[in-house]
Amino acid sequence: MIAFEAVLREVKGLDAAELERWIAIRWVRPERRGEAYLFHEIDVARLHLIVELRHELMIDDEAMPVVLNLLDQIYALRHRLNTVAQVIESLPPDIKDTLRAYFET
Amino acid sequence: MVARNPYEVLGVKKDATEEEIRRVYRDLAKRYHPDLNPGNKQAEARFKEIAAAYDLLSDKEKRARYDRGEIDESGAERPRAYSYQDFAGAAPGAKYRSAEGMEPEDLEDLFAFFNREQGGRAGGGSFRMRGAARHYALTVDFLDAVNGARQRLELAAGKSLEVSIPPGVRDGQVLRLAGQGDPGIGGGAAGDALIEIHVAPHPFFRRDGDDIRLDLPVTLAEATQGAKVTVPMPAGAVTLTIPPGSNSGTILRLRGKGVGGRGDALVTLKLVLPEKPDSELSAFLKQWEAKHPYDPRKGLSA
Repeated sequence: MIAFEAVLREVKGLDAAELERWIAIRWVRPERRGEAYLFHEIDVARLHLIVELRHELMIDDEAMPVVLNLLDQIYALRHRLNTVAQVIESLPPDIKDTLRAYFET
Repeated sequence: MVARNPYEVLGVKKDATEEEIRRVYRDLAKRYHPDLNPGNKQAEARFKEIAAAYDLLSDKEKRARYDRGEIDESGAERPRAYSYQDFAGAAPGAKYRSAEGMEPEDLEDLFAFFNREQGGRAGGGSFRMRGAARHYALTVDFLDAVNGARQRLELAAGKSLEVSIPPGVRDGQVLRLAGQGDPGIGGGAAGDALIEIHVAPHPFFRRDGDDIRLDLPVTLAEATQGAKVTVPMPAGAVTLTIPPGSNSGTILRLRGKGVGGRGDALVTLKLVLPEKPDSELSAFLKQWEAKHPYDPRKGLSA
C-alpha cells in the first residue's frame, strides 16, 4: 500500500490538487484510513493511465468520465467472459468439442 | 522485432513539424494504447513501436541526431512503466469493474440471451449452476490482524458485508465467505466471496510468522545496571526485566506473547544516549575509558 505523497513522487506529471480532485470525483478510489488515503497498486496504475490520457492524449475533463466508464465496462465484460471460459473448461469433453466446432466455423 | 524507421511508423514526412508529430502520435495512441485494448497483443506491439518512434522524434536533439545518422532507431524502445490491464483484469480490479449503479449481473442474462437466439430450445430453461466467486480486497490494521476483529467490507451499490477477521490472519491470506458471491442460476447455490487480506504496517511492531518483533530503546543506565521496564504488546503492556550488562542489539524473548499465544515476542534492545550531548557523562567516560580500555572491534581485524 502506498501513501498520498509517495503516489505523487511515483506518478510523474501529477500534482496534489489534481489528485485530490480526481479522488473527489471518483476517477480513482483509494482506501480511506482515518484522515489518510491508502493506494493499492491498481490505483497507482490507474493514475498513470489517467495522467497519460489527460496530459498526453488530451482527453479533457468532459470526455474522461465517458472513457473511464467504458473502460471499466470493458474490463467487467472481459472478467465475465473469463468466467464463462472457466465454466466451459469444466464441461464434459463432448460438449467442449461441440462448442469448439461452433466457434471455429 | 526489427526496428523500423520512426517516420514510417508514425506515417509522417521527414520535414513534419513538432505539432504534426504530436497530433499523429495522439491519434495513434488513442487507437493502440494497450490499456484501451486489453488482451490485444497486436495493438500492444504496435503501440510499443509508436511510443518508441514518438520518443525519438519528439525530442529535438535526438531527432536531429537521428536525421544526421548519428543514432539509429534501435534501442529506443522502453518498457512501459505500468500496465493497468494487468490489475484491472485480476482480483484487485473488482472495485473499478463494479462501477456505481452498475451491479454486475450474474450469468443469467447470458443464458437468457442464448435461449432467445436458439428459439428457446435449449432445454426449456432447466439450466442450473452455482454462482461465481466474487473477489475482494480488505485492508486490516496490524493489531486487528493479530488480535482478530470484525470489520465492514464495502461492496458495490451501497451494500456491505461484515467480515470476521480471525486472530493471527496473515498478509495475503484469503478468507472465504460461503454463499456471499454471485447468486446461483436457475436455483443453483450462490458462490463464495473470496477476500484477500492486506495487513497495514504498524509504527513499531513487526510480524515474523507468529512472532512479534519490537525495537526497545533503553538508556545507558538501564543497559548497564539492568531495569524493569514497561513494554507495549499487541495484547496489552507487559513488564520486561532487562538483565544488567545488556548490550545494544540483545534480543530478549517473551514466551507466548506473540500472535495468538502461539509465537513469542522478540524484543531487540537499542541503546539510546541522552538527547543532548552531556558534558558530565562525557567527562566521566573519558576518565573511565583510560582505566578500562576494551576493543569491541577485535573480531573485525582482517
